[in-house]
Amino acid sequence: MYIYDKKTECMSVEEKKILQSERLKEVVKRVYDNVPTYRRKMDDIKLKPSDIRSIDDISKLPFTTKYDLRSNYPFGMFASPMKDIVRVHASSGTTGKLTVVGYTQHDLDVWAECCARALGGVGATRESIVHVAYGYGLFTGGLGMHYGGERMGATVIPVSSGNTARQIMLMKDFGADTICCTPSYAIYLADELKKMGISPDELNLKRGLFGAEPWTDEMRRKIEEGLGLKAYDIYGLSEISGPGVACECEMQDGPHVQDDYFYPEIVDVDTLEPLPLGESGELVFTTLSKEGIPLIRYRTRDICSLRKDPCKCGRTSVRLARITGRSDDMLIIRGVNVFPSQIESVLISSDPRISPHYHITVDRINNLDTMTIEVELDRSVAFDEIKTVEALTKKLAGDIASAIGVSANVRLVSSGSIKRSEGKAQNVTDLRKL
Amino acid sequence: MLVNQIAVFLENRSGRICDFSRVLKEAGVNIQAMSIADTTEYGILRAITDDNQKALAALKANGFNTAATDLIGFQVDDKPGEMYHVLKILEDAGINIGYLYSFARTAKKSAVILIKVDDNDAAVKILSDHGIDLVGEGIL
Repeated sequence: MYIYDKKTECMSVEEKKILQSERLKEVVKRVYDNVPTYRRKMDDIKLKPSDIRSIDDISKLPFTTKYDLRSNYPFGMFASPMKDIVRVHASSGTTGKLTVVGYTQHDLDVWAECCARALGGVGATRESIVHVAYGYGLFTGGLGMHYGGERMGATVIPVSSGNTARQIMLMKDFGADTICCTPSYAIYLADELKKMGISPDELNLKRGLFGAEPWTDEMRRKIEEGLGLKAYDIYGLSEISGPGVACECEMQDGPHVQDDYFYPEIVDVDTLEPLPLGESGELVFTTLSKEGIPLIRYRTRDICSLRKDPCKCGRTSVRLARITGRSDDMLIIRGVNVFPSQIESVLISSDPRISPHYHITVDRINNLDTMTIEVELDRSVAFDEIKTVEALTKKLAGDIASAIGVSANVRLVSSGSIKRSEGKAQNVTDLRKL
Repeated sequence: MLVNQIAVFLENRSGRICDFSRVLKEAGVNIQAMSIADTTEYGILRAITDDNQKALAALKANGFNTAATDLIGFQVDDKPGEMYHVLKILEDAGINIGYLYSFARTAKKSAVILIKVDDNDAAVKILSDHGIDLVGEGIL
C-alpha cells in the first residue's frame, strides 16, 4: 500500500511525541512573542512559554475561539508580519464579519503536504488526474486540494464548482481518476449522470475525497454506487489550515489526523476538561507548526471522539470517529458555514417592514441542502398586492444570499406567528438525517 | 367617490381565514365583498365591510397584518359587454389595473366592480367624464 510520507505517517508513537513536544514549545513561544491576545491570555493565568515542556503540558494552555478571531478582525491574530504572509483565506464568521486566516509560504507548503498525504492515502499517485470541484476562492476547499495534487505530482484539473454538464464532459474526456468535492455535490453529480444516461463505467473515477460538510454512511453508499468509485471522508477547517487536517485511508475506517502538524484533543463541552480517549466531546486543535496564524487549543465546536487503535494501513496517527454534531448553532449548508446570527443581522438592517423574528428550517431534498427562512412582518405593515410581497421577499433573499454566501427560500409570515421561546431561542429546525 | 378596502396578509396555514372571520364576527362587522389572492406560501384577503375602522382595529388587536386601501367602484348593468365598456375607457387612457373583483346585485339587475389603480384621481375623472356610475362608501 502506497504511503506518501512513510517516515512521518508511520512514525513510532514515542518519536511523534518528541516531535509534537518540540513543535508545541516553539509555537507557544511564537504566539506569546507575537500575538497580543495570546500574551494576555497566558499572562492572565501566569503561564510562561517556559512552563510548556512537552505535549503533555498542552492542557495548561488557554483555549482559542472564533470570538478571538472576530475581535481581532482581520489580521490581529497573525503571528507573522504581513511581508511574510503570502495568502489569505476566509470563512463565515458568526456575524457579518468573516473569519480570516493568513498563510506564510511555509504554511502553504505544510498544507499542500497534508493534502498530498490525503490524496496518497486513498491511492492517488503521480499518474493520477485529480478533478477538483470544490469552489476556488476565499473558501479553502479548491486551492487546498489543488496544491496538494500538484505537490504529489498528479495532474490537477481546477474545475471549481458549478456548471455540472461541463464537469461531466471534462471528467469523461480527460479521464480523471480522482475527484474532490462536497459529498452533497457528489450525489448531485451522480443524479445528473443518471439523467444524462451516462453509466459510471464511462468515467474513469476510482476514488473521491469528500468533505466540508457532515455526511453519513448511507450517502457514502449512494456516492460509491452513483459514481462508481470509493468515497473517502476528508476533514478540515480554514482556521486550522483547510482540507487535509485529517483524511481517511483506503481502509475507510475514520479520518487519520495529521497529528505531527495538528494536535487534537477532546474536551468536555461544559467544563472544557480533557476527556479520556474514546469519549465524545468537543474537538480542539493546536496547530503545531503554523507561522501565519498559529492557533492554540482552537475550539472547532465539532463533537466527536478520538481513537488510537492501530489501523491496518500502518499509519500511526490518531483517528477521528465520525463527527456527530456541533456544540454551537453553526449550520453547514451545501458546504458553507452559516450562523443564525448572520441571518439575524441581515434581518435587522435589511428592511423596516420586517421584524427580527425568524425561524430557519434546514432540509435535504433530493440530496441537496435547502434552507427556508420564515420572517415575520413588522406589526404595522401589510399589503394589498402580491407584487409588493414578492418584491420584498426577493429583496430579503438577495440580502441574505449575499451575506451568507448560500441561497435560501424566504417566506414572509404575519407578525406574532413565529413561536417565541423562553431563554435560548430555538430558531432552527434541522430535518436532515445526519 | 372611493371605496375603502381592508387587506389582510395570511400565511398558508390551516385556520387562518377562519380566524379572520371569527375576529369580524366578534367585532360585529359585516363583510360585503371579498376576494383572496393566493400563492403557494401565503394569501392576501381583501374585503369591504360595513365598518372598516372597527374591522381594522379588531384585526390589529388580534395580531393580523392589515392594510387599508382606496379602490374605485362602479356599477354596471348585469349584461354582456358592460365591463368591457368601462375597462376600454381606462385602457385607452393608459390606466393600469392592479387587481379587480366584483359582485352581482341580482335584485337590482346590476353588478358592482371594484378596481385598484395607481392613480385614483385620474381614473375617477375619466370615468366621470364618460358618465360611468361610480359608487362610494355605504352604497354597497
